[in-house]
Amino acid sequence: MIPRYQIILFSVLVAASLIMGGLLWQLRERAHQRLVAGEDSAPTKAPAVAPNEQATLLVADDDDNSLRSQIHSLPLPADPGARARAVLGKLLDLYAAPDSAHAVPGGANSVAQVFLLPVPGTPDSQQPDALLAVVNLSSAFVASHPSGIETETLTVLSICGTLHANLPHVTQVRFLVDGKSRPTLADHADLTRTYLTADAETANQ
Amino acid sequence: MGGIAQVRQAFALLAFCTLFANTALSHAQAAPPAPTARFVVVLDAAHGGDDLGAHLSSGQQEKAVTLALSIRLRSVLSARGIQVVTTRESDQSIDRNARAETANRANAQACLSLHVTESGSGVHLFASSLAPTPAIHFAAWKTAQSAWVTRSLALAGALNSALGQAGTTVTLGRTPLPAIESMTCPAVAVEIAPQRSADHKITAEPDDPAYQAQIATALGAALLEWKSEAHQP
Repeated sequence: MIPRYQIILFSVLVAASLIMGGLLWQLRERAHQRLVAGEDSAPTKAPAVAPNEQATLLVADDDDNSLRSQIHSLPLPADPGARARAVLGKLLDLYAAPDSAHAVPGGANSVAQVFLLPVPGTPDSQQPDALLAVVNLSSAFVASHPSGIETETLTVLSICGTLHANLPHVTQVRFLVDGKSRPTLADHADLTRTYLTADAETANQ
Repeated sequence: MGGIAQVRQAFALLAFCTLFANTALSHAQAAPPAPTARFVVVLDAAHGGDDLGAHLSSGQQEKAVTLALSIRLRSVLSARGIQVVTTRESDQSIDRNARAETANRANAQACLSLHVTESGSGVHLFASSLAPTPAIHFAAWKTAQSAWVTRSLALAGALNSALGQAGTTVTLGRTPLPAIESMTCPAVAVEIAPQRSADHKITAEPDDPAYQAQIATALGAALLEWKSEAHQP
């Protein structure tokens, strides 16, 4: 004869085992559903695309050694550094086009970064929020740039002028190549100095 | 006795002063006319040695073409009685400071930095983009050209006029060019690009001897005109 307390204990243990088995089954199903959902590679949210805006580009022309102002519509991010890189990318895309009047291979990927920093030195009372743009070019762009005083000067001035046209607080521009200082662009234009964006405005007039 | 000695000393001093004044006057009256100021042109063939410069489509390197142009232009100027100083006579590497030192020692009335390129067309003339400043005795090395910028622009205008008359397309510009910014003379960078037709086809490369001769002749005429202007009272 099995004692009564043992029958009750056995029954409780069987019931607990059944409940735990059910819970485990439910947890496994949930985990499986989560796993299946994680493996789904389809985009669940559209990427944020910056709205198209008008940008002013100072486009160089080798034929008459001039910079011409052109308006282009392109996606411009809100972040000023990314915005500067976007407009310079568009400018260099124009130069890489087959029918360019200032042919320079490379395109938009030639600008690695644009850093916007406060102008060093004494604060200018005329423009206390003036910015220095440091343009980091790729070495591939510099290596493929045509050599010559005119063509190199036009590239530098068009970059300076385009930055100032779209970010008016940028008053000075410096250049790096793959993050390092370099003496010249392609043996002529000096890349060690700080360029004033006013120089590009003078050239454009 | 002491009084007589003082009178004698006074007379001797008076006589010495009179003699000195007469001698100075006679020297001033008989001074030879000032010698004609010499006119020197510095030709700086850009690049050289390890510094190859641009690669032309003809396969030539900029350093070789600028040297050939320098030699050709030197002949044209020498034939016209203009004294020429060159920064290099062979394929050698010369530091930009050494080039400026050569130009500054020559005390030249015109300094031309010669370049060639494959982009653009005709001849590109560049003066320094430094702001003009008054001449001072001790100028900063890197911006020494600033006291000469006004004369450099005038020289660029004279070269532009002569090249234009010779039928060459000319573009004028100003640029921060280290090669000329330490020079204390009217300095212009002359960059020769291919000659192109109306439909942008190349009709003469920068290393074409006939094209170079045409440009050298026009530059020679311009410098002769510049010399005559420099010698005007």
